[in-house]
Amino acid sequence: MSDRILPLKRRLIIATTAVLALGVATGCTSNTPESAGGSENGGTDNANAGSNDETGDTVTIGFSAPAADHGWMAQITAAAEAEAEKYDDIELVVAEGTNDVSLQISQVETFINDKVDAIVLLPFDGAALTPVATKAMEAGIPVINVDREFESPFAARATVLGDNYGMGVSAGTYICEQLGDKPNAVIAEIAGIDSLPLTQDRSQGFEDALNDCGQNVDNRVAAEFTVESGERAASNLLQAAPKIDAIWNHDDDQGVGVMAAIGNSGRDEFFVVGGAGSRNVMEEIKSGDSLIKATVIYPSTQGADGIRLARLVAQDKALEDLVEVEIPREIKLYAPVVTEENVDQFLPTAFQS
Amino acid sequence: MQAQVPQATVQDGGTATGVGSEKRTSPLRTLTHSSAGRNLGLVLALILLCVVGFATAGDRFGSVDNLMTILRLASVIGVVSIGMTFVITGGGIDLSVGAIVALSSVWATTLATQTVAADTHWIVMVSTAVLVGTGCGVVNGFLVAYGRVVPFIATLAMLASARGLAEIIANRRTQIITVRPFVEFFGGSLFGIPALVIIFALVAVAGWVLLNRTTFGRRTFAVGGNPEAARLAGVKVHRHTAMLYALVGFCCGIAAIMLMARTTTGSSTHGMLYELDAIAAVVIGGTLLSGGRGTIGGTVLGVLIFTTLSNVFTLNNLSISAQSVAKGLIIVVAVLMQQRFANRGSVP
Repeated sequence: MSDRILPLKRRLIIATTAVLALGVATGCTSNTPESAGGSENGGTDNANAGSNDETGDTVTIGFSAPAADHGWMAQITAAAEAEAEKYDDIELVVAEGTNDVSLQISQVETFINDKVDAIVLLPFDGAALTPVATKAMEAGIPVINVDREFESPFAARATVLGDNYGMGVSAGTYICEQLGDKPNAVIAEIAGIDSLPLTQDRSQGFEDALNDCGQNVDNRVAAEFTVESGERAASNLLQAAPKIDAIWNHDDDQGVGVMAAIGNSGRDEFFVVGGAGSRNVMEEIKSGDSLIKATVIYPSTQGADGIRLARLVAQDKALEDLVEVEIPREIKLYAPVVTEENVDQFLPTAFQS
Repeated sequence: MQAQVPQATVQDGGTATGVGSEKRTSPLRTLTHSSAGRNLGLVLALILLCVVGFATAGDRFGSVDNLMTILRLASVIGVVSIGMTFVITGGGIDLSVGAIVALSSVWATTLATQTVAADTHWIVMVSTAVLVGTGCGVVNGFLVAYGRVVPFIATLAMLASARGLAEIIANRRTQIITVRPFVEFFGGSLFGIPALVIIFALVAVAGWVLLNRTTFGRRTFAVGGNPEAARLAGVKVHRHTAMLYALVGFCCGIAAIMLMARTTTGSSTHGMLYELDAIAAVVIGGTLLSGGRGTIGGTVLGVLIFTTLSNVFTLNNLSISAQSVAKGLIIVVAVLMQQRFANRGSVP
């Protein structure tokens, strides 16, 4: 898997990752994109040089996301703002984060009243924001849905998704590889907010990958992506399971709390695989003397990708690296595993938790 | 029914300083003590916010569409706040309103409820939400009134358990409403005014009448101002307290219906931190946290101030963090002003 990571990262850079998924979505059979850009400085640093980056008609983009109560979510908005900053023709209106769906709905309503050219929306709850997103689409404003999917295909022009199921598969596969054919290995899972479909997808992928190698999830607890909830969930888990071989923690932000709980317990008979890919976790992986051996990337640059797509849609442009002349409906990003060997490639795009 | 509260100072947006008599001296003091006078400051604050809105966002702020956006946002929390006004006026507090909204929304959108509603009428979902909300309120009321549990603790327990129960019922998933007539009815509008806003207006008017024009309202002031005096005057304090909590639960049920229509979902994450927003709106509206004085008009203005603030910030692309600071400042200033009025009032 690791030898595929560099080209995959390039694809991240040009926001066309998982061309396989695209191929399905667009009926395109090619899965070898032209390597464009070539920046080694991470996903949001350099725009790929092409006519799409030439300044076009100025577009106003409305952006709304949940409250930045954890590092990944904070980075989503920060990366989106940084991306918009790079283009002279983007005027970004950020309605800052809220976990109150009623308030987020009113923010989108404000964008509609304002007649912005496009809306990038990371909903707190995809289903709850579907009606207002549909309303925006009906008003002729293209909506780019990021990360948490709407219920209706009429609610978004395009959707940028992390591969949650793939994250679970990647984590499960890595744990299978590490454990070898150890019988009766105790594998634990610390999930994120259980009510979100993304958490359910991650858990499903994890379970499927483990079943594939004859293992299963022995203990499962759920936290809420925050440090404090991670500490609580991990403490409970360690109490519940006297011996553990491997832990997958869905999210590196709550992982700070998870590692604190593990540190307090003084246990070290297992290894930990993280999720999302925060800077401090990557640094721990790099140091090599931590219980965290790997983390699975969940790109925090999705919002930034959403901004770029929104700009292209509003300016009626296409993704240059595809033959297709319209922006695809769905872009699913890849979930690679970061280990000590390849950590240096991912550090630049990591987010601070 | 039974003995009336033996004094007549309870009036429009009223004050009831226990059962004592109150002297009125200068017309100015009369003005600052009348509800119109007390609300004057709030109206000024709202006008000031609107001026800022117009100055910074122009027609984007002034458009009818934007007005409706503000009102729709105000509606859900507004209905909760009106219920909260009664409880606080009656000397209590309810921290469980957000959790009750979540539980009502979840219970009213379960597969079973929706199936029955689809076969019969969406009124099933409405009554489920209202019954669940009122039921939670009755439990709160019994704990506080007859169980002698401090309101803060009793409703804190309800906050935790109602949201937990909502998570259990919904299995922590978002339940999507498939009963289209429900969404169409509550998501629609009448004469260009969204149904949610009409409901808010109806609840506000009903709340005003109930608080200011009925025996129930007068007893609420009496119980909140001085429960012992109210008891001696023949008010069944326990029963009345329980009814106040049932009333706020009822309002939460209505708010849940509104939120369900707004989001087309029921979810255990709905109504997060509504208790704080509602208490803040009630307090800046001029209702005394210690009870005995309360005003529906002030609460409505309080809600509108917060939602307009949020709208102006969104229109101007300002951060929600700055908005939270502004919100905090407004609360402090409002309470300081309240104290000034209260002190001035107590000087003979």
